[in-house]
Amino acid sequence: MLDKVIFYFFAAIAVGSALLMITRKSAVHSAIFLTTTLLATAGIFLQLRAEFLFIVQIILYVGGIMVLFIFVIMLVNLDVAAQQIQYSRQKWVALVLSLALAGQVGAMIWRAGKLPGQGMLVRGVAAAESLPPNAEAVAQSLFGPYMLSFEIASLLLLVAMIGAVVMAKKKV
Amino acid sequence: MMNHLYELLKIVLASPYTLPVIYGIVIVAVLPLVAGYVVLVERKVMADMQARLGPMRVGPHGLLQPIADAIKLLLKEDIIPEKADVWIFWLAPLISVTAGMLALAPVGIGPAFQIAKDIDVGILFIAGISSLGIFGIVLGGWASNSHYSLMGALRSAAQLVSYETAAGMALVSGLLLGGSLQIRALVEEQAKQGVWFVALAPIAFFIYLVASIAETNRAPFDLPEAESELVAGYMTEYSGFRWSLYFLAEYANMMVVGSVATTIFLGGWLRPFSSVGGAAGRAIDTVPGALLLGVAAYCLYRAPKQPVTVQKLVMVAVAGLCAVVAAALLAPVFVAQALWMMPAIHGAFWFLLKVGGYIYLFMWLRFTLPRYRFDQLMRLGWYFLIPVSIVNVMGIGIALVLHWERGMNLALALGLTTLMTLAVAAVLVRAELKREEQLRQAASGDAYAG
Amino acid sequence: MLPVSHYLILSLALFIIGVVGVLTRRNVIVILMSIELILNAVNINLVVFSRLYGDAAGQAFAVFIITDAAAEAAVGLGIIIAFFRNRETVLADEMDLLKW
Repeated sequence: MLDKVIFYFFAAIAVGSALLMITRKSAVHSAIFLTTTLLATAGIFLQLRAEFLFIVQIILYVGGIMVLFIFVIMLVNLDVAAQQIQYSRQKWVALVLSLALAGQVGAMIWRAGKLPGQGMLVRGVAAAESLPPNAEAVAQSLFGPYMLSFEIASLLLLVAMIGAVVMAKKKV
Repeated sequence: MMNHLYELLKIVLASPYTLPVIYGIVIVAVLPLVAGYVVLVERKVMADMQARLGPMRVGPHGLLQPIADAIKLLLKEDIIPEKADVWIFWLAPLISVTAGMLALAPVGIGPAFQIAKDIDVGILFIAGISSLGIFGIVLGGWASNSHYSLMGALRSAAQLVSYETAAGMALVSGLLLGGSLQIRALVEEQAKQGVWFVALAPIAFFIYLVASIAETNRAPFDLPEAESELVAGYMTEYSGFRWSLYFLAEYANMMVVGSVATTIFLGGWLRPFSSVGGAAGRAIDTVPGALLLGVAAYCLYRAPKQPVTVQKLVMVAVAGLCAVVAAALLAPVFVAQALWMMPAIHGAFWFLLKVGGYIYLFMWLRFTLPRYRFDQLMRLGWYFLIPVSIVNVMGIGIALVLHWERGMNLALALGLTTLMTLAVAAVLVRAELKREEQLRQAASGDAYAG
Repeated sequence: MLPVSHYLILSLALFIIGVVGVLTRRNVIVILMSIELILNAVNINLVVFSRLYGDAAGQAFAVFIITDAAAEAAVGLGIIIAFFRNRETVLADEMDLLKW
């Protein structure tokens, strides 16, 4: 019961803020609504007992990426951009196609739940109490089978750091 | 009717959510008052270090000063700058204060007082929620629609983000020794090893001390918000209640970093020499009660010498309060029936004492050291603290592997690590001094320099 | 844990909103933010299935996606700053230096 309440609460906040995010004129307002969406997603992770991912989402996404976004929005003067037309000329085509995509995937999810014995959605769920401590499980996974991806990700971050510094310099 | 209420009460009391909710409400209600009195303590400590008396007028010995300040701030005119973004102007202090208070949730004041018990990622939770506070600062500076505020906010946010990395690495050093992210497990690990982690990883403690001073925007790192620089930075346009929210957020943050440092490095709620049992252990256990009895005795001794009757009465009342708390602290030691209270009350006392000592250190540094210029601040963070903290983490990792795999003595391995990190720090400091010498020579050789 | 389809529909909703944001808005910064939203929707999907099977690999994958998103946001915003310094605009329609 509490699970349901928490899920619907966070899901409503996530979808609501996402909708508000793509419709605001001011970029700072959009950034704030994206932050709310990210926090709601973190709440969903917590509800799914993925505590490590919950806090990593808050530290990296909200405390890192969104602060970066807000920094850039403040450095770039967007008053002129706020007065322009906000939506591109292909907005109706885009909307129709997106809704078609939504319909297709939604139908697949809907049907897969109804076919007995087939599809991936009918497996049993691991009980919450039998899960190993979450941070340890993720760490075992990261430093065990997926060590190579871990190293590649750190290399990627190094490259991104160098790229961002070079890109933002005034004189290269 | 009464039966229904009784049933409801039984359900509420049995629910596992009741006690955390009560603690949460107590913290949210009590924190502003506590923060106000921490401000009073700061002013008194500042006065003591400057050979004067501090606030003495409002209430006996200035004890009602925070109340007067709170009333003044609540009654001040609420100014909103023209063309400021009203929603974000209203939201920014809320974010700061919410992040500050929320970060206190997993903090274990004692083994019994923890709102978010056994959260799997305790320390990381506190670090993450503290990073949410950056939002309050940046949005506050932007929403004020003022150049000074924006510059101050950007500087403050840059400072916070830079020192967050160093603080996180320093915490990781402590976490490597502790072996878990859970708060309770860290303190129990320190109890098991019999030594506080500050003795095993002193450099990590020092780095965390410096980084946490920068994290809370305290002097000597308070350039973004000092009154003589940038007209108080991101707080410039905030007046009255909104300003008090920012202020409250800053002191809540101070308590949070104090709690984290105490939990990881200073042994949390353990008493000094917690592994020593028997007669010596009981002697140490009487120290809290004896300390407070001493304070009560001193208050009683000074009471007749007060000039005004109200002050006399207040001194006697304070003495009585200290005596009552001392009795509560001494009871579990001497009375066997009260032994169950021991971990909770003594743990809370030692924890609060250590956090108080850490915050006193903050205040001491504030009134002793001059302020860092912003570029010096960023150099210190990126060119000194982060490399030293990375080397420290690597060193402690190697030391732990040597201890576990090769059976080397832990103290020896960590001692070698400390020496290596000190050597790296010395190299960096020497390079910095040489650079400054070169800059000074270049400046003095320039005929047109001021 | 609720039935998986609930979470999948939430993830789908966020994904579609992100796609609409990318395709419809002119402001490049909002487009970048919508991309972050899409990555988040995928993260929810991964974590749900990781919980379903009790395998932490899904969450490890989600950590990699968050790392990637950080790197991409940093470089993307660097590009935006560089472009803004040159052309004074952040609207996608007006970034047409490569058109013939």
